[in-house]
Amino acid sequence: MNALYSLVFVFILVLIPLFGVGAAHLSTIFGICIPMTAIGIFLVFSVVKIIRWGRSPVPFRIPTTAGQQLSYDPEMFKQNKWDNPSNGIQTVIRMILEVCAFRTLFRNTSTSLHETKNGPVVAFASSKWLWLFALLFHYSFLIIVLRHLRLFLEPIPFFVNGLDFMDGILQIGAPVMYMSDLLIVGGLLFLLMRRLVDAKIRYISLVADYFPLFLILGIALSGIWMRYYAKVDVIAIKELTMGLVSLNPHVPSGIDVSFFVHVFLVSVLLMYFPFSKLMHMPGVFMSPTRNMPNDTRFRHHENPWNPDIKPLSYEAYEKDFGPMMAEAGLPLDNPDNAKAPEEA
Amino acid sequence: MSTPSADELFKSIDYNPPASGWMETPVDFSPGNWCYPAKEDKTEYMMNYLPEAFGNPREWSPEDADWKLPSNWREIVMNGFRERLDKYRSLKVFMDICVRCGACADKCHFFIGSGDPKNMPVLRAELMRSIYRGEFTLAGKILTKLTGSRVMEEDVLKEWFIYFYQCTECRRCSLFCPYGIDTAEVTMMARELMHLVGLNINWVLEPVSNCNRTGNHLGIQPHAFKDIVDFMVDDIEEVTGIKVKAPLNEKGHEILFITPSGDVFADPGIYTFMGYLMLFHFLDLDYTMSTYASEGGNFGLFTNSEAMKKLNAKMYNEANRLGCKWILGGECGHMWRVINQYMDTMNGDLQGSQMGLPRSPITGTEFHNAAVTKMVHITEFTADLIKHKKLDLDPSRNDQYKVTFHDSCNPARAMGLLDEPRYVLNHVCNNFYEMPKGTIREETFCCAGGSGLNTEEIMEIRLRGGLPRGNALKYVQDKHGVNMMSCICAIDRATLIPLADYWAPGVEICGVHELVGNALIMPGEQERTMNLRQESLPGFEDEDDDWTPPNM
Repeated sequence: MNALYSLVFVFILVLIPLFGVGAAHLSTIFGICIPMTAIGIFLVFSVVKIIRWGRSPVPFRIPTTAGQQLSYDPEMFKQNKWDNPSNGIQTVIRMILEVCAFRTLFRNTSTSLHETKNGPVVAFASSKWLWLFALLFHYSFLIIVLRHLRLFLEPIPFFVNGLDFMDGILQIGAPVMYMSDLLIVGGLLFLLMRRLVDAKIRYISLVADYFPLFLILGIALSGIWMRYYAKVDVIAIKELTMGLVSLNPHVPSGIDVSFFVHVFLVSVLLMYFPFSKLMHMPGVFMSPTRNMPNDTRFRHHENPWNPDIKPLSYEAYEKDFGPMMAEAGLPLDNPDNAKAPEEA
Repeated sequence: MSTPSADELFKSIDYNPPASGWMETPVDFSPGNWCYPAKEDKTEYMMNYLPEAFGNPREWSPEDADWKLPSNWREIVMNGFRERLDKYRSLKVFMDICVRCGACADKCHFFIGSGDPKNMPVLRAELMRSIYRGEFTLAGKILTKLTGSRVMEEDVLKEWFIYFYQCTECRRCSLFCPYGIDTAEVTMMARELMHLVGLNINWVLEPVSNCNRTGNHLGIQPHAFKDIVDFMVDDIEEVTGIKVKAPLNEKGHEILFITPSGDVFADPGIYTFMGYLMLFHFLDLDYTMSTYASEGGNFGLFTNSEAMKKLNAKMYNEANRLGCKWILGGECGHMWRVINQYMDTMNGDLQGSQMGLPRSPITGTEFHNAAVTKMVHITEFTADLIKHKKLDLDPSRNDQYKVTFHDSCNPARAMGLLDEPRYVLNHVCNNFYEMPKGTIREETFCCAGGSGLNTEEIMEIRLRGGLPRGNALKYVQDKHGVNMMSCICAIDRATLIPLADYWAPGVEICGVHELVGNALIMPGEQERTMNLRQESLPGFEDEDDDWTPPNM
């Protein structure tokens, strides 16, 4: 049901610009006003959220240690530096591996139960599908975003051209097919299927989990439609995007309505981003179990709100148990405590 | 209510979630599904010391419809929630960034053994996250169910009570989360909130109040503590012919030794304790133990940060009073989580000026990795002794054991103490076998009794949670004939016994230093015919028949 709601919702989102531009000719609103607003909302609220996270302190160092600690004798017990970092540089490397290679997902396993002739068996097998498709999806998305810079920058930077060339190196069709277009759709479909097929994942999936998948799929498909089928006027679009960047916006005529669908869906994504789970992107950098070294045994850290709590004092303890301690021959700080309360 | 057989239990596990959505699926409040609430006087006692952190002492039962919550419970819980969002970035970030990818779903031992979807870490955290979204985010307030949000109601709080006391804070899920979301942290926060309105369990709160008053979680008073230690000294004499010293509360020693009181109290922890005493006697170590700081395990960790700090502070307090330079810590799980992650930050300012960088008086090794906490783990200490060949060891005395090692969750995943205990084990026994990959080291499985859940009334839940550990143990039992599982945690030594009896009958549990004690050749000792459990060593079985205790 949650998947269906999300799908219907994205369909409605597609219809809005189709009517808005196709029938009502509100191209200025869909080409300029909405995208500008979306970028504004995205930037402001994302920053607000990150600042809000940052305002809460990290009172304790709680890294998850996924390997051998820094030992008193590092030669005898070799530290696992990337999984149990003990200084800043190692922690940065751990984070880079995490953010760039999804290292934690790489070690994912799946658990299964089997009944064998030797009795029940709980089996753990490496499961890298989620890692693989998540990686494909995220990297295709990144490449596509970077490729789009050619629309916003003049002159076009060399790396964007390079990326463009590499992405289309298979030289299939005209215009040349981008591999990232295929891969992002493949990645999205896998992530979607996984949610629908695996009963456990389906059970935990909310509208908020399906919606961004369908939305990004809509963006990808509308982009592909524009490029390969509608063959939109890229020169005109670049005129529009450069107008946005130079804050001198205008909408040239002759742009296909599919462009407005694409831009509208992207705008929705940008506006949705700061309020949704998509904030995992900046959030991963702030996760206290990953972004801190495991160094609390040898480096002091302050808790900014450390409350003034003292232990029950030894004096009170000795007062409480003095007579028994004396009888058992345990040393007392205060000999008076040896007497029972009624004697004292 | 009888426990099903291992086979029946295994067959009953179904990973297909119910047809109803999780918000609509009612919670089972029948006995066996929850731990007994704390006795009224325990809550009252703790309120005397930490009135901000504990509340609402009363007699109540989860079975009843009326949980006797204070009339303003909602306000208390929500204010507490808001306060913690401001105090802990971890909580705030973990509430916002979960994408429900499900990588954690099949990583929790309670889920693996029960199939209850609310035991998937993601869903356990959603129990709290749904409230966060509904109460603290605009989108959640407007879109409600579409964002998976709900408002705080009594049913939700009751659900929290069941499921946040079905989490052992073992952090295995955090290891597999691409964002490092730590359900242990979420559970800790939920428990802090529940303590505010008196939703607590006796197996946590009684130990906490005992630790505060008597110094240890079992409430052993100082004279009784001394009696027990003397008793173990006698047992050591019976095995070795040597009367070891066991200094208590003595001033002027270099080292304060603190171990979980579980090691003093019951089998098989006492054998581990005897191992410590023998080792220290062998070294003629300048140390003392304390009855005031007679608990390493910190049950405060399972209530709130205030109680954790209060209990932990005793260690430095006592080191100062006795004039000790550093602290040696015994084999304990959550004690080491607290020491590694919290101790110096919470209580570093209590350290007296006499304390200094821990340095082994035997080998001269300086423990720079413990420079600020001034606390060394006993397996680090012993490994160092072995490396410098300071111990005379006869590992063949452990030959009747085929040993495996259970990584205790906290030293593994909140510290990274993985190789030190293995190094010691490999020098004190000849037959050591690892359990399968995926169940050891950082991927270790919980004993299912951690975080104060080692209580009888939820035995079936514990046995279910113990399935992955028990099954891995069964594997090495079948393959290598393993009959002894060693560990470095006192809760493990208590909880793994019923677990092994159920899933891998025939396997016993021990601490690493029990095996050290067995292997240690003490100068002037009589010929060893039995191990610390007073079981005959191989080759001495016959003499067992006409053996009489020396004092008869």
